[in-house]
Amino acid sequence: MSLPITPSQTIGPYLAIGLPWPDGSFVVPQGTAGAITITGQVLDGQGKILPDAMVETWQADEDGRFDHAEDPRGARKPQTEGFRGFGRCPTDENGWYRIVTVKPGTFPGPDGGTEAPHLDVSVFSRGLLDRVVTRIYFAEETGANAADPVLAQVPADRRDTLLASAATPGEYRFDIRLQGDRETVFFDV
Amino acid sequence: MTPYERPVGVHPPLDYPAYRSTEFRAPKKAPVLLPHGLTEITGPVYGSSPVTAADADLTTRYPQEAMGQRIIVAGRVLDSDGRAVPDTLVEIWQANAAGRYRHKADDHPAPLDQNFDGAGRCMTDSEGRYRFITIKPGAYPWGNHYNAWRPAHIHFSLFGRAFTQRLITQMYFPDDPLFSQDPIFNSVPEEEARQAMIAEFDLGLTVPAWGLGFTWDIVLRGRSATVFEGG
Ligand SMILES: [Fe+3]
Repeated sequence: MSLPITPSQTIGPYLAIGLPWPDGSFVVPQGTAGAITITGQVLDGQGKILPDAMVETWQADEDGRFDHAEDPRGARKPQTEGFRGFGRCPTDENGWYRIVTVKPGTFPGPDGGTEAPHLDVSVFSRGLLDRVVTRIYFAEETGANAADPVLAQVPADRRDTLLASAATPGEYRFDIRLQGDRETVFFDV
Repeated sequence: MTPYERPVGVHPPLDYPAYRSTEFRAPKKAPVLLPHGLTEITGPVYGSSPVTAADADLTTRYPQEAMGQRIIVAGRVLDSDGRAVPDTLVEIWQANAAGRYRHKADDHPAPLDQNFDGAGRCMTDSEGRYRFITIKPGAYPWGNHYNAWRPAHIHFSLFGRAFTQRLITQMYFPDDPLFSQDPIFNSVPEEEARQAMIAEFDLGLTVPAWGLGFTWDIVLRGRSATVFEGG
């Protein structure tokens, strides 16, 4: 049986009515030991910030596991108390989003190899008729990133658009550029 | 691990000039194909989140009832294999009966309703069913082109059971005369897919002497049919 799939439509300018969660930014509870923050701005093709976008993240826990029936190693409760894997943050009036989480572990890729620590990211906004999907990798994971089967598919001169880096330990910056010279790499998921 | 279907031609193209806001927001470079690994075939599961029955009724959470035509919007969340998606979060938001959103950026000179905020949530049941009580949203003007009006719609957000299934869309009402001039509705290339966004009036769901029923099923991407078990 194959039913016709419901198409995507834009989130529009008024997502703030229905979608923000009070604890949306917190993949782990506030005050979790070893937590990191990932912050950044979402920018359009003219370099203007998007004050009406929403960023969502999904990731493995620190051991590279998913508490989900589809993880072939078995669903397992995360070691980090209160870890939910999912973050959601609307951008503020200056285009900033912020996610508080823990760095995910590595795990086996679908076609062999080992996936480096990463978060899957969805970006929604007015002017986007469908979500765009990217990934956040960590700049200091040079060995794991070099072996990552997904990064290997990305043109070498654009890979840096997928790297979050931390000027201060644990405080990462990851901007999302929808267009332009340094357009973020987006994935067909 | 079985990957999810990659629907071709179902979703709107990101680059769609008739919807002017796409101009500087739609990415220009071709996307990189992402194989479906563990991050993609898993996703947030909110079976135990504190959603209450009151969250699914947008008409009675203030001292007085919301103004407008009372409606019941219900249906099932399925994937394209025909499997129900149980225990999944459905979130909605919408304009009031006059076509005005309770949002600081909405400057449409239509009245606000003190008794209507326009947001609702519910979890699907074990058979993938959801049900909201709300009021029929009004059409509203917007600045896309001269005399542009959005057809009446309710915004829907769905998770499914995997990252690949995440969907934000809009539900429309039957026989809306505004479809022909709406670039957002018409951004969906195929007629069958456009029709899949329109709810059906349902006399069976309609409550006598109380409110009109509209049925709308939502179909998320299913498992790819290209992977066969051996033997
Ligand atoms: Fe709308």
